Amino acid sequence: MRRVGLLVVVLALLAPAVRAQDELRSFMIVRDSIPESLTGTPGDATRGRAIVANRSVGLCLLCHSGPIPEERFQGNLAPSLAGAGARWSEGQLRLRIVDAARLNADTIMPPYYRLDHLHRVARLFSEKPILSAEQVEDVVAYLATLKE
Amino acid sequence: MRRVRIGLGLASIFAASFAAAQSGDSSRHSGYQDMGPALQKMQDDDSANPGMLFVQAGEALWNQRTGAANKACADCHRAAAATMKGVAVRYPAIPPGTAKPVDLEGRINLCRTANQKAEPLAGESRELLALTAYLARQSRGLPIAPPDDPRLGPFREQGAELYKRRQGQLNLACATCHDANAGKKLAGVTIPQAHPDGYPVYRLEWQSLGSLKRRLRNCLVGIRAEAYAYDAPEYVLLELYLMDRAKGMKLEAPGVRP
Repeated sequence: MRRVGLLVVVLALLAPAVRAQDELRSFMIVRDSIPESLTGTPGDATRGRAIVANRSVGLCLLCHSGPIPEERFQGNLAPSLAGAGARWSEGQLRLRIVDAARLNADTIMPPYYRLDHLHRVARLFSEKPILSAEQVEDVVAYLATLKE
Repeated sequence: MRRVRIGLGLASIFAASFAAAQSGDSSRHSGYQDMGPALQKMQDDDSANPGMLFVQAGEALWNQRTGAANKACADCHRAAAATMKGVAVRYPAIPPGTAKPVDLEGRINLCRTANQKAEPLAGESRELLALTAYLARQSRGLPIAPPDDPRLGPFREQGAELYKRRQGQLNLACATCHDANAGKKLAGVTIPQAHPDGYPVYRLEWQSLGSLKRRLRNCLVGIRAEAYAYDAPEYVLLELYLMDRAKGMKLEAPGVRP
């Protein structure tokens, strides 16, 4: 078992550097939504809530307010997340998180799952989307529960 | 009667827009006005403003001989209260015999190397902050007055362009927050209009005095952009634009900010 683990590590080291651009999962946009899950499986709403609440992971509450009462000092630059699941379908939420600029080029909403057309990204974050595909799905699952 | 009222209304609108054109934009306000009364009081009271400790240290440096030339600033410039009044509100500017704008810190270092034959002071060092604060203090209360130098135009435009350019992983421009969303809350904090009217500023978050450059770097880190190198020209370009944008506003240095 240990040998298998070692083999995997060696293979990973030998593998040519994969361009991060290619590491994003492909997705299809239909009108104003991405109907299919980025991972092929539904996200986890509990994990999604934790991501939304975390100011250095989801960053959501810096700009949005939301029904997360234990987090004080929520932002008001953007609409409240309360009722997001009633206003939008999961597919619509997914596109708005992945790349809201596709719907409004002037949006303040950062592109959470996009790597191109970004400038001077800090080394620590370069070639990484703000959230992984799994995290995007978790946030979609959580927002979809916010019906009022 | 209604016609008279409309006439008066139009007249007052014209008067207001004329006044706005005179002073820039009447809706502009300093970050000072977004602070609570306790912090405003701290800035206003010289015995409570921690920036004044730097001003005092700067005064000592002003009078201290240094460098191979063994000259003090005061040996040439005499009493700063008279000779340095109105200097800080003009910078960045293009020093005589050069072609590129420098900020006030850069001007101090030019004088050190050329006239005192001394090493330039390190950016953000206590000494450079102290001298800058001392000079800025001599212009406290004066309106920000960028020099009428046509050579500055293209540099200022580059600064404006930088200010409006989205960057970083969060893909935000200075203008996204400080023009379009100033006054709203980012988390619990009111987004200021980003006027450079208090620098160098004592920031409680820093527990220190700091330059505009340091403040700009904070924002770049916040949007997850690669901060420009400390000696990069971009900071001077941005400051040129910001000072022009704040033209006519009163310099508060040394300011206090949360």
